[in-house]
Amino acid sequence: MSALLQLLAPDGAVTPVSEYAGYEMSDEQLQSAYHYMVNARAADEWAFSLNRQGRLGTYPPATGQEANSVGAMMALRDDDWLVPTYRELGALLVRGVPLKQFYLYWLGNEHGSAYERELYHLTPIVLPIGSQLPHAVGLAFAERYQGSDRIAIAFVGEGGTSEGDFHEALNFAGVWRTGTIFFVQNNQYAISVHRDQQTASASIAQKAAAYGFEGIQVDGNDVTAVYAATAAAAAKARAGGGPTLIEGVTYRIGPHTTSDDPSRYRTVEEAATWKNRDPIVRLQKLLQRKGLMDEAQLRSVVAAARARARSEFDAVEQFERPSLEDTFRYVYAEMPELMRRQMAERRRRLERTGT
Amino acid sequence: MSSASLLAAINGALAEALEEDDSVVVYGEDVGVNGGVFQATAGLQQRFGARRCFDSPLAESALVGTAVGMAMAGLKPVVEIQFSGFVWPAFNQIVCHAARTRNRSRGALTLPLVIRMPYGGNLKALEHHVESMEATFAHVPGLKVVIPSTPHDAKGLLLGAIRDPDPVIYMEPKRSYHSPQQEIPQAPYALPLGRARVERRGDAVTLIAYGAMMREARAAAAHLTGQGIAVELIDLRTIYPYDCETVLSSVRKTGRVVVVHEGPRSFGVAAELIALVTEELFMYLNAPPRRVTGNDAVIPLPAAEHYYFVTAEHVVDAVRETVEF
Repeated sequence: MSALLQLLAPDGAVTPVSEYAGYEMSDEQLQSAYHYMVNARAADEWAFSLNRQGRLGTYPPATGQEANSVGAMMALRDDDWLVPTYRELGALLVRGVPLKQFYLYWLGNEHGSAYERELYHLTPIVLPIGSQLPHAVGLAFAERYQGSDRIAIAFVGEGGTSEGDFHEALNFAGVWRTGTIFFVQNNQYAISVHRDQQTASASIAQKAAAYGFEGIQVDGNDVTAVYAATAAAAAKARAGGGPTLIEGVTYRIGPHTTSDDPSRYRTVEEAATWKNRDPIVRLQKLLQRKGLMDEAQLRSVVAAARARARSEFDAVEQFERPSLEDTFRYVYAEMPELMRRQMAERRRRLERTGT
Repeated sequence: MSSASLLAAINGALAEALEEDDSVVVYGEDVGVNGGVFQATAGLQQRFGARRCFDSPLAESALVGTAVGMAMAGLKPVVEIQFSGFVWPAFNQIVCHAARTRNRSRGALTLPLVIRMPYGGNLKALEHHVESMEATFAHVPGLKVVIPSTPHDAKGLLLGAIRDPDPVIYMEPKRSYHSPQQEIPQAPYALPLGRARVERRGDAVTLIAYGAMMREARAAAAHLTGQGIAVELIDLRTIYPYDCETVLSSVRKTGRVVVVHEGPRSFGVAAELIALVTEELFMYLNAPPRRVTGNDAVIPLPAAEHYYFVTAEHVVDAVRETVEF
């Protein structure tokens, strides 16, 4: 098992690793990553605040995990398949999903998950844990079958690695050598259960060995390391070299969801330690060291992101409510007669009772 | 035309689907080299290659989960669950993903996939090799559930299921795999899902069955007709979305209905059909509807399985009760 890959230290110092030469982020990419990470953070913090204001329902914050989400996606092509969890806002932003659409989903509207296939190559946010992973195996299989060199990346939390579908997906991917990248957001907690209670493995990454392919553990708060590991895995996958498991070691700064109270299961000191390793602060230090952005420029990106989060949410908050027909229309390609009858009856009740 | 068993008809339909559409792939446990434990996929790998028909690792959840992913990317996977009693590890994939993806994505992603599985018992088989769980799947919005009873329907409905844009659970009555045989066209033909077939016309009583139970229903209908009771026999063929119009128009004519199925009684297909008939045709009914079904009991092992399964005599008895009410 290889040691934790880190290229960028918390103080902003860069230490190249020869194995990943050629997978460094360009200056433009570093600035771009900063934009995505800051926009993800601002939209995330605003969503949390909206929940407390009573304007948004249950929401799972991703603050602290932006380097994994953004770094991995920046290493892929825009038409590679993205199979997210419900905590991958950064990945969705890199993929080009309008923030409006993301907020629409969390406002409880399925139209927020209507990602046109050819435009996004993105599967909808799903809430069951780990069961999205076999989809990424099937997607990569189908692309290769159809003669395309598109690959697929699937995200999962470290808690999800305990699910049977994690093991089944890795096993299928290994046997079929599909171009699938399994990216584990190891944020230390599955709601309240610590990573050490999920697995006796020394690392999540080492689990790949059992399925016959490579696993790599990266510092998930170092966007450059996440990028390098994913870019290398993508190059291998595209060349027919099969799957890779990447474990991005990070920390969920916020609660599991807006309904969770982390003080019941972890200490303030622990969270404070991880706040000092903030992936955005680390990237800011690098950008300043390299002279790419100064303090004022860094701050203006944050201010713009906060303003954008507010305006995007305002634009969808008053979105027209779905119709009764809308709740029947998309279950099948063609609505069965049985459903037509039910819909008509429901319409009649609605008109007669107003409920 | 040529004479075919239900199993041969399924094999033929799979071959035709592979022939006509390169996006069709057929896979599952033992379906490649071995041609399936029942030989439903026999010869397909030899004819179409391991790219089109292949073995998967032994894990039902990922078997269906990978098919969901393939379908999202434009393939039409046809996967085999070796016995319906072993489908449960895949239940989460079927219910949470296969059934919901179209609705979840507002039609942006659709899943043209077919999950085939042999079902049913009365074969002196082992535990978990005899179940009939069509009602469970029929209760999941987003799934279609199809069960053929004849070689002709088996071929046409399987091609119809593969061409259908939505996920289809295709349950095969393994007790009828080898007999009776039937003359079927050699050319490809697809039958529409959601349509029942009136197999015998009559005006005294409506008898509804499907799949393996059509054998008992047919025998009962023939016997009763010979005794002067004109049975109208309906093969439901699609469990969901079922053909409510054919059912209602028949019962409107006969005023009597008996429904037969192999699965447990409570919350079963018969319960749903009879509820529909009672709601829509209360004033037309001349007798209480009857159910002839398996019991709300775990299917016994072979030594006592005869206490569970339905016979043609049971069907005759129930129809008489209805007619003589």
